[in-house]
Amino acid sequence: MKSPQDLVRFLLPLAVFAAGLVLWEAVVRAYGIQPYVLPSPLLVLKTLVADWPVLSQSLGVTLLTTLEGFVAAAVGGVVLALLFNQSKWLEYSLFPYAVVLQVTPVIAIAPLLLIYLQQQTAVIVCAWIVAFFPVLSNTTLGLNSVDRNLAGLFQLYGASRLQTLLLLKLPAALPYILGGLRIAGGLSLIGAVVAEIAAGSAGAGSGLAFRIAESGYRLNIPRMFAALLLLSLAGIVIYGVLALVSHLLLRRWHESALGKDN
Amino acid sequence: MAESALSGPDAGWAVRLRGVTKTYDSGVMALGPLDLDVRHGEFVSLLGPSGCGKSTALRLIAGLATPSAGTVELAHHGVEPRGSHRIGFVFQEPTLMPWANVRDNVRLPLKLARAPATDAEARIEAALDQVGLAEFAAAYPRELSGGMKMRVSLARALVTDPDILLMDEPFAALDEITRFRLNNDLLSLWRNLHKTVIFVTHSVFESVYLSQRVIVMTARPGRIGAEFRITSPEPRSEEFRTSAEYAAFCREVSAALAPSYAGQVGA
Repeated sequence: MKSPQDLVRFLLPLAVFAAGLVLWEAVVRAYGIQPYVLPSPLLVLKTLVADWPVLSQSLGVTLLTTLEGFVAAAVGGVVLALLFNQSKWLEYSLFPYAVVLQVTPVIAIAPLLLIYLQQQTAVIVCAWIVAFFPVLSNTTLGLNSVDRNLAGLFQLYGASRLQTLLLLKLPAALPYILGGLRIAGGLSLIGAVVAEIAAGSAGAGSGLAFRIAESGYRLNIPRMFAALLLLSLAGIVIYGVLALVSHLLLRRWHESALGKDN
Repeated sequence: MAESALSGPDAGWAVRLRGVTKTYDSGVMALGPLDLDVRHGEFVSLLGPSGCGKSTALRLIAGLATPSAGTVELAHHGVEPRGSHRIGFVFQEPTLMPWANVRDNVRLPLKLARAPATDAEARIEAALDQVGLAEFAAAYPRELSGGMKMRVSLARALVTDPDILLMDEPFAALDEITRFRLNNDLLSLWRNLHKTVIFVTHSVFESVYLSQRVIVMTARPGRIGAEFRITSPEPRSEEFRTSAEYAAFCREVSAALAPSYAGQVGA
């Protein structure tokens, strides 16, 4: 498994990252660039440590929003796909609106939502709007990808609709659902951030994106970078966790989770 | 070669088709009209070119499709009406659930039954024993070879102890050695379990080796072109494959099959 090539693949991006930081630090020092124009990486790190109480609290707020939006998107997407799968009429009636929600830029919807909903609710709804569609469309694809002969077998043995759904369609769709969830994880973070920024421009909020907007007004650029760094890390962790869950659920049987040596 | 001489007005039929046709929505007539009687405990092969409707016939018998005209009857015996438990179906592909291990795949028909069998575990063990896979109960399908997957599929078809076993080119995708072994295992299962078997294949050699009766079907729309009773004694074994008698039957059946391929490009 751990061949020299794997090690290189792991180390190369890290080396690029380190080199980029060194170059950045060097340029800032060499030209004496002011922190309110471009802070050096070390200053960003120092700010992160110094402002940790504020930033960590904001991180918690944003992560909670993201999680709530993600859960809503996951449940909403899967349930809608199941309903569509059971009733063609429902699908014909509602699917176009799901597409409309998907293609309308959320940044344009967010200010409206903030007018009609409480801020916390509006932020979650934003995260949901952005994230539910990949779950819905992937789950639909999965439910329709059932092996025709297996479906025939269920029919032959007189399976009920519920049995067919639980024992055949859902397991067959699981890899697709998990693929949708992996996309939704990142998107719900984006949705939360967009809504926070929209809310932040109205002067309210406490999430990381709000901190970025607020720091921007105050020309506290190092803190902007620190908050951005945390957001980026949060996105990476979310993706990693979802990829891990997907791997653990599928490793016994699905092609996508099998090692190359198999 | 008249049909009455072969199956006759025998009260012992298990499957009876009368004037069965199947026309697809596109208007293409795939099958028939087809008249067919299969006796209890008989091993019948449907032999024909691809697209002649032999798989369609099997799906009609299984109730997976409905005929456009005609009737499909399964003999009633015992208390159960026509339904799932009477029929076991083996597809060309193993058609296993990749997310379930061998035992759970074999359990599926029992799980789907409205009245779950109390002796489910014992039945599953017995079915796996019959196909020689008792040691692989915990394995997942991807860990098995093509032949072993087919055995799991066979065990799943046998676990409900069906009267009729419908097999749709089950061994077509396997290599020759594996196919021969599965042929022999299927024959011994058939002898011991007294099932009615309807076996769809496009291999003359396989149909003659396995069957008591070979039904040669015409090109689309599939009809009965010829019937042969393979009178060679049971039990058959590998020696039969190289016997003059076997070769003679194969030559006869091949000759009857040839018109079905006439006019097919690349046949």
